[in-house]
Amino acid sequence: MATTKNLAPSTNALVGKSRKKRPSSKTTTIHPRGEFVGVEPKRTLGGIRVGDLLSFLGAAVAAYALTIVLATQVAPITGGIAFFVLWYFLFVGFYALLVSIDDTKTFVMDRVVAVLVSSLGVLLFSVLIFVIVFVIGRGAEALPYLSFYTEDMGFAGPLDPLSVGGVGHAIAGSLIQISIALAITIPLGIAAAVYLNEIPGRFSRFVRTIVEAMTALPSIVAGLFIFATAILMFGLPKSGLAASLAISVMMLPIMIRSADVVLRLVPQTLKEASIGLGASQWKTVWNVVLPTSRSGLTTSIILATARGIGETSPVLLTSGFTAELNVNPLESPMVSLPLAIFQFVKSPEPTMIARGFGTAAVLMLLVLTLFVIARIIGGMTPEKSARARRRRAEFFGWFATMARQLTSPIRRRITNAKEPS
Amino acid sequence: MLTDTPRKLTIIRDRSDKVFRGVIRAGGSTVLVIMVLVGSFLAYRASQALNKAGWSFFTEQAWEPDAGKFGIAAVIVGTILIATVAIAVALPLSLGTALFITEYAPRKLRSFLVSIVDLMAAIPSVVFGLWGFFFLQQAIVPVSRWISQYFGWIPGLGVTGVDPTDPLATTTVYTSSTFIAGIVVGIMVTPIVTSIMREVFSQTPVGEREGALALGATRWAMIRNVVLPFGQGGIIGGTMLGLGRALGETIAVYMIISPVFFIQPNILQNGASSVAALIALRYGESTEMGLSALMAAGLALFTMTLIVNFGASIVVSRSRSGAAS
Repeated sequence: MATTKNLAPSTNALVGKSRKKRPSSKTTTIHPRGEFVGVEPKRTLGGIRVGDLLSFLGAAVAAYALTIVLATQVAPITGGIAFFVLWYFLFVGFYALLVSIDDTKTFVMDRVVAVLVSSLGVLLFSVLIFVIVFVIGRGAEALPYLSFYTEDMGFAGPLDPLSVGGVGHAIAGSLIQISIALAITIPLGIAAAVYLNEIPGRFSRFVRTIVEAMTALPSIVAGLFIFATAILMFGLPKSGLAASLAISVMMLPIMIRSADVVLRLVPQTLKEASIGLGASQWKTVWNVVLPTSRSGLTTSIILATARGIGETSPVLLTSGFTAELNVNPLESPMVSLPLAIFQFVKSPEPTMIARGFGTAAVLMLLVLTLFVIARIIGGMTPEKSARARRRRAEFFGWFATMARQLTSPIRRRITNAKEPS
Repeated sequence: MLTDTPRKLTIIRDRSDKVFRGVIRAGGSTVLVIMVLVGSFLAYRASQALNKAGWSFFTEQAWEPDAGKFGIAAVIVGTILIATVAIAVALPLSLGTALFITEYAPRKLRSFLVSIVDLMAAIPSVVFGLWGFFFLQQAIVPVSRWISQYFGWIPGLGVTGVDPTDPLATTTVYTSSTFIAGIVVGIMVTPIVTSIMREVFSQTPVGEREGALALGATRWAMIRNVVLPFGQGGIIGGTMLGLGRALGETIAVYMIISPVFFIQPNILQNGASSVAALIALRYGESTEMGLSALMAAGLALFTMTLIVNFGASIVVSRSRSGAAS
């Protein structure tokens, strides 16, 4: 019982104090078994230490001071970006120095990397948000006018104010082109993806490889292909249809690839259960595979749509340019939103540039809407959608009960009238 | 004695199944035909130009197809330079952001940040082009000047035709450069690269993470010894996919650069070139021969992105993290 010698007379008191006064490393405290020790206070593991905060702030201030000296005296620089970059590098250096005063190399490394990684993350998000805010901000002049969404540029010259003319023709053109492209790519793409999964073999492996290769096709080359074949060889005019074909060539591999991945995720046991119950392959695909992967397939279609609607380069080569509304995709040029942006900002007139930025804001809003829809559908697992269906059923069930209750006096009267007993 | 002979198993498919299999087989074949048609048509038309130009196609810098003097030396080098700058921007940014999202960001914020990154990947490139042309073009000039002044002795970072110490010297020499186009393309591909890396990092086995932490590793030590080795394939594969996108980017580059048809090694200096921008610039005025030459340039670009993409998919599928997906 040598250890009991070191025991403090009152263990409770020691535990209570231990946070303030650390027992020296030579004494080992062991509580005798069965004795009530009291409640060990919960220690916080995370949080910020005062020392950390001080070295952080100190590094920031020191780096700022040195940046000013360097930027004005030693190596003159101008512009906010250069100043900030210089400050940042100095800040990291100072921070490492300050941390190294009372921590080992391992911890210095850990701290510095934490700062670097966090600032890279924050930098990317601020740049991306800045891009969006900048575009919307520059386009804000054009956005409040109703005519911007409904009229075309047919009668609006470059010097006209923003209250005249708009991008209605480009909105219509984008919607028409993407609809035609979807009408081509959805049936073909889904059929091909189902084929890759349902009839495996050497040929389908070959198809998969080619499709994967085609996802690398630069969109401008897809445009060039349609320009050389459909327009120059077959004499199709530069039109909405040609643009849709170019977009389809670009979208098809993207859609097949993501739909293929989604279909591969359908559990094999589900398919086997269906086949085992005597269902044919077609019945299995229609009643098991497609419903199970419905949300994933929808997401892949919507994401491919978002890519297709924002592509400029294939459209640039194939659709031609017009300032007027054209709803006939078969002949005469038809402009789409990205192409309209591209044409607007070529002009030196400030109002035209504002129109370009406004159009970009409209296009981003369109993509955002598609993306949010994709997220909502994609976030739906089979259980979740089943729950939603049940909730809907409950809701309607509640309606039915209410209706029954409300009408019950009448019905009772009717039944009473029928059976006079 | 009775022996059990193997029975012959035949699948009898009913009519609906036959029709179904026929339809999807037709779908798959149609897609194959379209894709092969694109590739072979491109190759066929390109071969006309290639036959005329011969090997000089790869060494000639000028682009005058009707005079019979054309080659992709300048545009290919320009494309590679822009893509290199883009990857130099995108790799640290996306690696940092992916680690930030999976390891450092508050847990509640994570799914929101993931959605933001995925949304950014869907932003049209013309929007990034607008931002690059109207904002970055002016904002980056002091940085370019500063770099060329102090690091101009490094090959590629110098700028000719201007005295960097003269504060009143014209700044137009720093605009429309490879550097600016590269930064814009880099920011454009970063969300795509980030979302691949993040996906891989988040698949790191929890047991291995906790094991490292329990052995007393700091967060960075855990990341370096567990997360990064596990996600190696994703880092390389994601970067290569980003590179593929950067090589083929058209409109953002076209809006920013002022095209030149000689090898411009100084990335900070006005004048750059890219294959995609060349096609967008010259398709309209092209004659038969000019179009073939553009096809050849497009084919060269496609070959390059194809090699990069296949390399990426091989790297990802061979790596530990890619085995599951």
